[in-house]
Amino acid sequence: MFEYCVDPSVLSDSRWMMCYLTSPKQLAFYTSFGTVLALLAVTAPCALLLGFLGAMASRSHFPPLTIVGRGYTSMVRGIPDIIFFLFIPIAVDQGLEWLRHHWRCPDWTEPIRRGSDFVVCADAKLPLSSASTWIHDLYGITLAVLAFAVVFGAFAANVLYGAMNSVPKAQLETAEAYGMTPRQSFWRILVPQMWVYALPGLSNLWQVLIKATPLLFLLGVKDIVFWAREMGGAKTSTFSYPHPDWRLYYFLVLLVFYLLLTSLSERLFRRGMVKLSHGQATMAGEQQRKAHAA
Amino acid sequence: MSCWQVLQDYGLRSLGIGERLLPRSDFTLCDQFILIGSGLIWNVYFAVLALALGFGLSITVALGKASTNPALRVPSEWFIFLFRGSPLFIQFFLAYEAFVMLPRNGIEFSFLGAEFTAETRWLTRAWAGALIVLFLNTSAYAGEIFYGALRSVPKGDLEAADAYGMSGWTKFRRITLPSMLRLAWPSYTNEAIFLFHATTLVYFSGFPAWRQEGDALYYANYFADKTFNPFVAYPIVAAYFIALTLIIIWAFGRVNRRLNRHIAPQKRSALKLRLQVVR
Repeated sequence: MFEYCVDPSVLSDSRWMMCYLTSPKQLAFYTSFGTVLALLAVTAPCALLLGFLGAMASRSHFPPLTIVGRGYTSMVRGIPDIIFFLFIPIAVDQGLEWLRHHWRCPDWTEPIRRGSDFVVCADAKLPLSSASTWIHDLYGITLAVLAFAVVFGAFAANVLYGAMNSVPKAQLETAEAYGMTPRQSFWRILVPQMWVYALPGLSNLWQVLIKATPLLFLLGVKDIVFWAREMGGAKTSTFSYPHPDWRLYYFLVLLVFYLLLTSLSERLFRRGMVKLSHGQATMAGEQQRKAHAA
Repeated sequence: MSCWQVLQDYGLRSLGIGERLLPRSDFTLCDQFILIGSGLIWNVYFAVLALALGFGLSITVALGKASTNPALRVPSEWFIFLFRGSPLFIQFFLAYEAFVMLPRNGIEFSFLGAEFTAETRWLTRAWAGALIVLFLNTSAYAGEIFYGALRSVPKGDLEAADAYGMSGWTKFRRITLPSMLRLAWPSYTNEAIFLFHATTLVYFSGFPAWRQEGDALYYANYFADKTFNPFVAYPIVAAYFIALTLIIIWAFGRVNRRLNRHIAPQKRSALKLRLQVVR
């Protein structure tokens, strides 16, 4: 970055630090914060869409669809989310390769699963082994986003299903009395009103999603946890910037990053809570009343 | 090898009892069921101890946060903020790195003239280090739940207690605490379930599985890696977790019924699970 960074071993401490903090690897660490934010921006709408579909399916009057919807919404209650994060990318990858194998190489007679190997023909590989590195990276990230979207879609489906049931029944009955079809009353009456009830749950879900992003590391994405471990590990004098084990400090930076991110949301949430307790015959409402009277 | 033999060899493998080497090839369904089941011991260990220890601290923290004295309130608020605001995954990494940095041969200090040496190496092992993190983490989450419930204690109940001349400890123990627990119980059940699920993170964050003694997901991941087939091991571990989640719901439901026993049946709130807290 700076001209004097050519030989870091002769620099004074402050200049050494300046050079260290702007070295190419450090810059990759900084950009990985962008990866996390990008993942949040991509996953949140995907999860919301899946959640909406899941909630719609659970409400449907067509039994197979109801079962699928109910199963999807309740799976996250009993199974730890991290199992899905480990399972979905590899399962989807193998499923796609299996389909492509049957499509591209129908003449292939040998079994795909041989002992501990999963072998498909070269044309069916995903991505193709001739593809460039960035395609491999993109494929990995896409699978990771998919895993996140499926898990958080299930959480969102729970929230939205509850919200749909919270809309007063009289509203829907009135719509029916006006001669609206079930489809019309769903889109014109239920959906516009349900967001009020869904908002607390969704804002909570957003916080949960933020806190799930370090799990990207487990999916092999080069995210902030990966770089923190990589950069923080002790570096011998063969490196241009030798330093002892600094992983603790790197993780402290991550901790502060997440605290800032969640506290922003928390503050917005608290503002809503104050409004909700206002005038209630509870301890919180009583304290507000006394504070107001004083 | 019969399934009974596998059970003898690997039933307690996660505790280091039985066969030393993990199965390397020709995995049977029986192998996978038993080894993953043996790993479940650790999940139960972490969840039960963290919840049991955390229960006391969480009520303390909740009372601290509700206190009007800033010397009690501010630390409680920061404690809750720190552990609820950051990912558990990062907390594990951070704690592990911090524990590793402690001097290897213990800390020597003198107290009342006597020399003490505090062993620190066990802190880097999952059974202690991860348990401490989970304990603090669940205390913060449950503390927030109890704090919310404390603020929802009906005003009439407290006024009635005052009218009866109760004060201080008596009022707390006989009126505030039971009401608080009753109101918080559905959310606390939720917290218990998600803490149990969060125990699967232990061996995927900084803490290494010593001598391949890991939890259920550690072994499931081992099988999935070795067989390159995720469709057997992961459903098995999922089934184990569903079963244990149902047990948690049943046990906490019993407690919920006891806490609500003085409420008229139609006014009782059923134990409805909401997905409020995940780490």
